[in-house]
Amino acid sequence: MIAENLAGKRIFVTGTTGFLGTNLLERLLRAVPDCELVLLIRPGRRSTVEQRLAREILKNDAFDRLRDDLGKDGFAELCARRITPVAGDVGRDGLGLDDDGRAALASCDVVIHSAATVSFDSPLDSAVEVNLLGPSRIAATLHDLGASPHLVAVSTCYVAGNRRGAAPEIHVADSPFFVDVDWRSEVDGARRARSDAEAQSRTPERLAEFRSRARTELGAAGTPLLADKTEQLRGRWVSDRLVEAGRARAASLGWPDAYAFTKALGERALLESRGDLPVSIVRPSIIESALAEPRPGWIRGFRMAEPVIISYARGLLKEFPGVPEGIIDVIPVDQVTAAIIAVAARGPLDEPDVVQVASGSANPLRYRHLVDQVSDWFGLHPLYDTEGQPILVPEWSFPGRGRVQSQLTRAKTAIEKAEHVLQSLPLRGTQAEWTAKLETKREEAERALGYVELYGAYAECEAIYGVDRLLGLWDDLDADDQAAFGFDPRVIDWTRYVREIHLPSVVHHARVRTTPGGRDAEPREVRLRRQVLAPERQLAAFDLENTLIASNVVASYAWIATRRLPTTDRLRFVAQTLRAAPGWLAEDRKDRSDFLRFFYRRYEGAPIDQIEEDAAEMLSDLILTKSFPAAIRRVREHRALGHRTVLITGALDFVVAPLAPLFDDIVSAQLDRSGNRYKGELLEVPPTGESRAQALFDYAADHDIDLREAVAYADSTSDLPMLEVVGFPVAVNPETRLAALARKRGWLVEHFAKAKGAPNRTIPIGPQRRRTGGLANPLVPGRTA
Amino acid sequence: MPRPGFVLDVDRSTPPILFHHGEQFRLEKLPPGRSRVIYPAEPLPAIDDVEGAIRDALCNPLGDSEPLPALLRPGMKLTIAFDDISLPLPPMRSPDIRQRIIEQVLDMAAAAGVDDVHLIAALALHRRMTEAELRHAVGDRVYDAFAPHGLLYNHDAEDPDNLAYLGTTDQGEEVEINKRAAESDLIVYVNINLVAMDGGWKSTATGLASYRSLRHHHNVHTLRHSRSFMDRHSSELHHSNWRMGKVLRDSGVKVFQIETTLNNDTFGADGPLSVLQKREWEWTAKDRMTFLAVKTGLDKLSPALRRKAMHSWKAPYGLTSVQAGEVEAVHEVTTANVYAQHLVPLEGQTDILTFGLPYICPYNVNSVLNPILVMSLGLGYFFNLYKGRPPVREGGVVILSHPTPWEFHPVHHPSYIDFFEQVLADTTDPVEIEQRYERQYAEDEWYRHLYRTSYAYHGVHPFYMWYWGSHGLQHAGKVIIVGGDVRAVRRLGFTPASTLQDALEMATDVVGPQPTITHVHNPPILMADVT
Repeated sequence: MIAENLAGKRIFVTGTTGFLGTNLLERLLRAVPDCELVLLIRPGRRSTVEQRLAREILKNDAFDRLRDDLGKDGFAELCARRITPVAGDVGRDGLGLDDDGRAALASCDVVIHSAATVSFDSPLDSAVEVNLLGPSRIAATLHDLGASPHLVAVSTCYVAGNRRGAAPEIHVADSPFFVDVDWRSEVDGARRARSDAEAQSRTPERLAEFRSRARTELGAAGTPLLADKTEQLRGRWVSDRLVEAGRARAASLGWPDAYAFTKALGERALLESRGDLPVSIVRPSIIESALAEPRPGWIRGFRMAEPVIISYARGLLKEFPGVPEGIIDVIPVDQVTAAIIAVAARGPLDEPDVVQVASGSANPLRYRHLVDQVSDWFGLHPLYDTEGQPILVPEWSFPGRGRVQSQLTRAKTAIEKAEHVLQSLPLRGTQAEWTAKLETKREEAERALGYVELYGAYAECEAIYGVDRLLGLWDDLDADDQAAFGFDPRVIDWTRYVREIHLPSVVHHARVRTTPGGRDAEPREVRLRRQVLAPERQLAAFDLENTLIASNVVASYAWIATRRLPTTDRLRFVAQTLRAAPGWLAEDRKDRSDFLRFFYRRYEGAPIDQIEEDAAEMLSDLILTKSFPAAIRRVREHRALGHRTVLITGALDFVVAPLAPLFDDIVSAQLDRSGNRYKGELLEVPPTGESRAQALFDYAADHDIDLREAVAYADSTSDLPMLEVVGFPVAVNPETRLAALARKRGWLVEHFAKAKGAPNRTIPIGPQRRRTGGLANPLVPGRTA
Repeated sequence: MPRPGFVLDVDRSTPPILFHHGEQFRLEKLPPGRSRVIYPAEPLPAIDDVEGAIRDALCNPLGDSEPLPALLRPGMKLTIAFDDISLPLPPMRSPDIRQRIIEQVLDMAAAAGVDDVHLIAALALHRRMTEAELRHAVGDRVYDAFAPHGLLYNHDAEDPDNLAYLGTTDQGEEVEINKRAAESDLIVYVNINLVAMDGGWKSTATGLASYRSLRHHHNVHTLRHSRSFMDRHSSELHHSNWRMGKVLRDSGVKVFQIETTLNNDTFGADGPLSVLQKREWEWTAKDRMTFLAVKTGLDKLSPALRRKAMHSWKAPYGLTSVQAGEVEAVHEVTTANVYAQHLVPLEGQTDILTFGLPYICPYNVNSVLNPILVMSLGLGYFFNLYKGRPPVREGGVVILSHPTPWEFHPVHHPSYIDFFEQVLADTTDPVEIEQRYERQYAEDEWYRHLYRTSYAYHGVHPFYMWYWGSHGLQHAGKVIIVGGDVRAVRRLGFTPASTLQDALEMATDVVGPQPTITHVHNPPILMADVT
């Protein structure tokens, strides 16, 4: 009867890019052959609704069954014939529909509203706009159009709030536990919270704080990148405030989170504003993978229970709160879909009715049973760590939420402290990797804490959702409909569902290691290195200091300056240099180009030919001695592959001139000259920070090079602008912050080291030559102190 | 009278034997009844009047040559070429014999009114010598008089404007040497003939040559057919150089050859290292104390300081002969004099040959003895110190004792680093290496740049090191390195062992149980005359 009832009907569906919506659309296409479907889809930033339909909906493996049955062309024909996408947004008044969209909506016989912000930690205002106002917006638009199709609104069982005992299928307001709040003032409150948070985030103090945090994270990465990061941090701060506001407001009224809270008020708002629009409300509990349709285990997205399960299987989540004898109310997605379709086929009742699709009362799954099954299953099918060893799953002791939370918070604080200490140390290379590892640990702890905060309430929820109406609806179906549209929760064999359907599907989706043995797959760095050294790359750009050599502008200056100092002055020079060095370092960290400008003044008056002669000797005594042979080999490998190689450095031209045969070009700082002497001023802005990116842009443009095919090697976050403009960034011996960034972004990290056996000189002092200057300016003949 | 070299048959009363082990030493007990130790001769008496001997040699030349003063005339072009930092080993105490000879040659030139004189360090594809090293070789007086005017310099085998192509030998080997030298009216070549390989036509035809010329004898084929390259008449390396010498002579290049021989006084008659040139069973209580003090002292130092300490040693060698004149006549006498000091008769071959490799070889003066040089010192230089046949049978085992650290000098040996990381990671077969990789390294622009402007061995030099050991590599059934860095030893294609006992045990897999053993107690240098 269901298929017949809906035959020839036009059904308007929202939320089809989501988990439930995709399953619903597939079921309607396959099991209700003669209906037409109008889908409300929000246009993407860069994609039309047709593109989103093709890419984000129809490509999903839910449709594989149909594609297999009909063939590729048959499926395409079916979709073209029966699906009409319209652009719109339930978050906007009038649903953001254009005239065609309005006409399409007006012509529909049924509207199924399944669009929602399901994330439990979405900001209050967006939850309000979509979940609270969405249903009544649809009602208002239909009024406006003078249409009155049957509106089936999908809500959630959890609108009943945190309570113990029976939660029957009644309207929210009819519940004796309902705290009557005016949904309109909640909408105003949420919107006000947004504007307040936006305003607060822009106070000078806050902005300074965001800036300093961006700086801590990126270092001296140059103004544009820092500004970008600062704005990101501000946005995140605002969003965090609103998440917090949502959670607080929900908790204050007795809901587990903003999702349930806004959904509950959404039901209220819909019933108040529906007028004579026929309405049915379907409330699923926690929707999980499909029992049978379109295939057992079908799931879309990484949802609520999945990350928790995977974290547990990976040994990361050591404890999770919950009541062992409590009920976890899970319902397979295909049962929800079937129930929605059955409600739609049945048509509206005289008064808006509520159907709960849940398992808790009819066929309860106990928390302890679930945990036992999961733990037993992962005992038999363990995940494997990076070394290929099976991961032992922890045993849960069902502690209270508070205890788990404080445990995790303590761990997180300890890691944060260690991280802070490490970040303030000048670490490089492998040591800097510790920090990156610590960061991963902290993120794991944070995520675990997040899960506990978000979902803990659901594991502890002791409400039992009544399904009398659902079972009534079930009993009214004939045998054919019962076979085609199963939604009887009593048939679920939980043990089988968990072990044979849900867990294999979750593990498959999580793309985790499920096979033992060593690194059978190619290590990531090998793959990245091969990409970097692929013949089709066009350019390899290199930074100098700590990328090719373990040296810096101060060292080369000291080497040149001491070369012509008498012995006593050399000692005093060393003392002076050591005293000044920390100040220089600090200056350098703050702003590299300012530092270089300041530092290079020391070359004022230096005779050019003498410097050139000394620089040639410095190649052997300082630069090659401190070089990284593997880095130099890498430059040469790029050249051998026909890539252009370019050195981009803030070092002075005469210092790097002896390296010329390695590179096609060298972009370096240059001192202005006056006769045979250097002036202490630079000819141009030195290529550091964002000007380094600019130098790379200019270079690429001049040589007709596609920067997406370019490789850049650098060691510090001050080189981020350069690393970010190329397609293949490589972090060499990264300092702490860059190591963390490189890890996050999946960049190749190389550890190049000085040759073991290189002469070890802590202070760069040039071998003595004929004396010229004195301490006042060691480079200028005759200028003694 | 110094005692000649000596072969000791090891019995139960034989004390532990000294093995050089890089910058350290080991005392090893050899299996009695089947081991022998071959000791060098004690230092031959040194010439007291060195200046007189030099003058005498210059004025009374050998072979078809006029005395040096008669060869000098105003307006002529004179080039004095001299051996580079690779000789002698360890470097000698000041004044260096090169300085004493060059000073006399220059005095004679000045007296004859010669004013166009160049001094060239004949380093072929070795690294350039530093100012300090040149000063040590020629003395401050000569250095300050010539270097500032650009008249004392290192040979540059990659300077296209300063090479002269002189034709080919009857076997098609190209001869190309330093242009200034080739176009001079006279080349005076000052040699230090530390081992029998040095000198003769090899001085000019190798020391002043370019890669184009060198590749004809510095290759796997030639070196596998030089048995040994310390024995000129059995050495394909020398035959090729002699053929090139003929081309030089025929194209009008006139060489006045000066060769010198040194005695075995490497570590001194007294002083901290003197114990190293004594025979163990003759060590006095004082010798034992000294050895213990030196050994524990070195063990306590950091590797860098230990290296520095050992490399600061300057040997007190005495001059045993100096001869000058026509190349081949001079070289005959020189070779006899070298043999007089080095040759030790040895009867028969054994299953195993052991060497304790010291801290220095020709290519790591003031530098690092990297793994490739370990191979070249052991299987090249030490293995080839024989006349007749090798002291180990074909298919026998060669055991080297050296720490073989995975260390390289980034300035001196850049192409070695890449050779080790790229070439040896791929193959250790000399023929394959030669065919697949040599050209690429030899013609590499960056290595060329470093060779010419920095202090790097030429790009092709690590290949020559590998070829140098190719005869030993072919002859030996297995090579074991005792006490080496395991990864580095494996990269070389050899087997690492932690102790000599383990190594001897491992060797039995190849040569069978109860193998016979020869240990060569070098340095001081000796050459086995195997019958």
